[in-house]
Amino acid sequence: MATKLPATDVVTIGLGWTGSIVAKSMTDAGLRVVSIERGPWRDTATDFPPSYSPDELRYALRLDLFVRPAQTTITFRNRPDQTALPIREWGAFLLPNGVGGAGVHWNGQTWRFLPTDFVLKTHLTQRYGAKFLPDDMTIQDWGVTYDELEPYYDKFEYLCGTSGTAGNLKGQIQPFGNPFEGPRSRPYPTPPQKQPYGPVLWAEAAKEMGYQPFPQPSGNLSQAYTNPDGITLGPCTFCGFCERFGCGNYSKASPQTTILPLLMRRENFEARTECEVTRINLDSTGKRATGVTYVDSQGREWEQPAEIVFLCAFQMFNVQLLLLSGIGRPYDVSTGKGVIGRNYSYQVTSSVQAFFDNKIFNTFIASGAIGMIIDNYNGDNFDHGPHGFVGGGYMGMNQPNARPIEMTPTPPGTPKWGAAWKKAARDNYLSTIVADTHGSCYSYRDCYLDLDPTYKDRFGRPLMRLTFDFHDNELKMSQFLTDRLAEIVQRMGPRQIVKLPRVGHFNVVPYQTTHTCGGAIMGADPATSALNRYLQSWDVHNLFVMGATAFPENAGYNPTDTVAALTYWSLDAIHKQYLKNPGPLVPT
Amino acid sequence: MSSHPRVPGHADPGRSTMVTRRHALLPSTALLLVAPETRAEILPGGTGMPWRPFAGHPPEVVKPGPWVFFTPEEGAAVEALVDRLIPPDPETPGGKDCGCAVFIDRELAGGYGTASGIYMSPPFLPATPEQGLQAPLAPAQFYRSMLAALDQFCRAAYAGKTFAQLPDGEKDQIITRMEDGSLQLQGTVAKPFFEILLRDTRQGFFADPVYGGNRDMAAWKMIGFPGARYDYRDWVERHNERYPHPPISIAGG
Repeated sequence: MATKLPATDVVTIGLGWTGSIVAKSMTDAGLRVVSIERGPWRDTATDFPPSYSPDELRYALRLDLFVRPAQTTITFRNRPDQTALPIREWGAFLLPNGVGGAGVHWNGQTWRFLPTDFVLKTHLTQRYGAKFLPDDMTIQDWGVTYDELEPYYDKFEYLCGTSGTAGNLKGQIQPFGNPFEGPRSRPYPTPPQKQPYGPVLWAEAAKEMGYQPFPQPSGNLSQAYTNPDGITLGPCTFCGFCERFGCGNYSKASPQTTILPLLMRRENFEARTECEVTRINLDSTGKRATGVTYVDSQGREWEQPAEIVFLCAFQMFNVQLLLLSGIGRPYDVSTGKGVIGRNYSYQVTSSVQAFFDNKIFNTFIASGAIGMIIDNYNGDNFDHGPHGFVGGGYMGMNQPNARPIEMTPTPPGTPKWGAAWKKAARDNYLSTIVADTHGSCYSYRDCYLDLDPTYKDRFGRPLMRLTFDFHDNELKMSQFLTDRLAEIVQRMGPRQIVKLPRVGHFNVVPYQTTHTCGGAIMGADPATSALNRYLQSWDVHNLFVMGATAFPENAGYNPTDTVAALTYWSLDAIHKQYLKNPGPLVPT
Repeated sequence: MSSHPRVPGHADPGRSTMVTRRHALLPSTALLLVAPETRAEILPGGTGMPWRPFAGHPPEVVKPGPWVFFTPEEGAAVEALVDRLIPPDPETPGGKDCGCAVFIDRELAGGYGTASGIYMSPPFLPATPEQGLQAPLAPAQFYRSMLAALDQFCRAAYAGKTFAQLPDGEKDQIITRMEDGSLQLQGTVAKPFFEILLRDTRQGFFADPVYGGNRDMAAWKMIGFPGARYDYRDWVERHNERYPHPPISIAGG
């Protein structure tokens, strides 16, 4: 039986990137905000100090900063006619936990989506005709445009101090940035990061082939930066312990380094950690949220009433809470009707390994987001007509780490053990690079989320069930992108290259990316979206759902910048309209 | 701005007693799964970033010495296995002298061995390759049963000798058969054991020496990885040059 607590104005479920942005914004308005976070409090000095943070086994293999599958996991199958089984230990994606969320252990790649990505269905249909798209592809326009989001991308990048080179300033193409990006209103707040040998060599090859390579926009800062809230980040030291790790230098943009020092000074804010929200409560009409119920680490149940509820958990868990709370019509794969769980999408990545003689790349000198990139084959930046697929991705030579358990590549044909393996590991470690592609993943009728009928979490709640496989369109795209990347890598003069396009079924074992998307998407029509263009639930007007949950399909970029921009976009509408006149921001 | 609501059942929300409040909620005995030192906390705003002394969780340093998990026979078998998976050469010690068996022993005695944090709820059903491991045995139990089966097999096939007592050539033949799936131990294919053993051996070889393997940072010296140096600002633009400094460990130089 839950103990009812005094009411507050705002509850955020989760205190990661979106929860922190929301809490800061809502306390700005003088509202009392309570953030309820499933995981522990985390901060730089105590939880990822340089003295023991560079520990590959603990953080990269044992996944110390992530949610334990024993606490909660998801079940998985490729097709609706299979039995989903639990992901017992994480593989393809790693789901976050704790204050700061995935913002603690991301790589810092800070990309905007292309203007056409937000009007994808309309754009592709106009350019190629409706018949060019596969019948079962369920892509949609987002209901918001790039131009509308631009001020909010800018706001997040200036919060973080993002390091990069603009490619398009107010419509003027710039010589050293990404010529394909949408117009940005001002340059990046800090210059790009310095580049190690591999990316520089790769960029020279790309340039010789007529491409315009540019430095990847990075949340690991090239220099010290003080953000508009007066919080200062330090310069990245290229330590090579970035993704899966917290940053000990205060140089990776995270809630801890950009928002929380201010938020925690506010008397109208409170965080409750190790407290897991089990459901969003509704009034008798089912159209208004009354607050949330959560369980603390002693197993005690609490009810926290609130006027506005922000669902700010990670994508999978947002969808799970909506389904467990009975909010919105669950998606039914047999009819294609319903919206909660619909349009799950992912990211299609691939790589090219290159083995060199007589080169020393020092790939351990690394940051999560250094690298040189080309964007010619992303989105609809090229004519898809001759290729028979839609979508694309960026490609380049990143240098995120060379931690030896994970990154000691050996040439094909090398035994996995014994003297020959040992010699190959020694001979190739410093002279091998891995380039990669980062491709879109569009949505399909048979890729969705619902509640598992068999497996339960520690509270006895059904686990989220993922039904997902790669479709031919995405596999063709991956082959194409990987071939183009390999041409550039080949020009660098390696002894041998190995192309690793994405092939076959989606497999939850090898790590690919944590960019899980969709399941409660935004849009213009309540029949095909769970949220309106302001991320407000169509069904429950005082519930706003943040995160990549809202993506109708996924573009060929990392999601964080867009997640944050959508959050600021939503909050702006809440400040300007909702707080004065609570109700649906878009008529149904 | 309004003041905080008082939260019945939680500790006194007075800011002057914040540290007390952060300790006020007792750790759970029933629900905590992994990190017993954590507990639900109320972190009030108004005071800045919460902090208390000794709040960090540095790793415990593995000390050499007797086996913690393995029996002497199991320890001998694992030392023999890791020394064939990563054999010694004139420049770099093998898996045994690098401490890979000690690493695996300590890991099996800890949370890894008991599958702490892994989702272990039944049913365990046959899986497609895409669905990942559905193994009801925790790694410690799995090692124990497979090591017993390996020595049982060796005694029967090699005139009473255990795996550790075989010459290197025969050890390599057995490992090759484990790897290619042709060896059965106690009626189960030995390949999954080979894969876990190889993974754990490599982890012991390359992990920070604080965990008992990679003794003297031999594996890092072998490949040229500088370990936990954490700052390469003066080297990022020195291209195609060998980094000159020796590795360091989080346990010290």
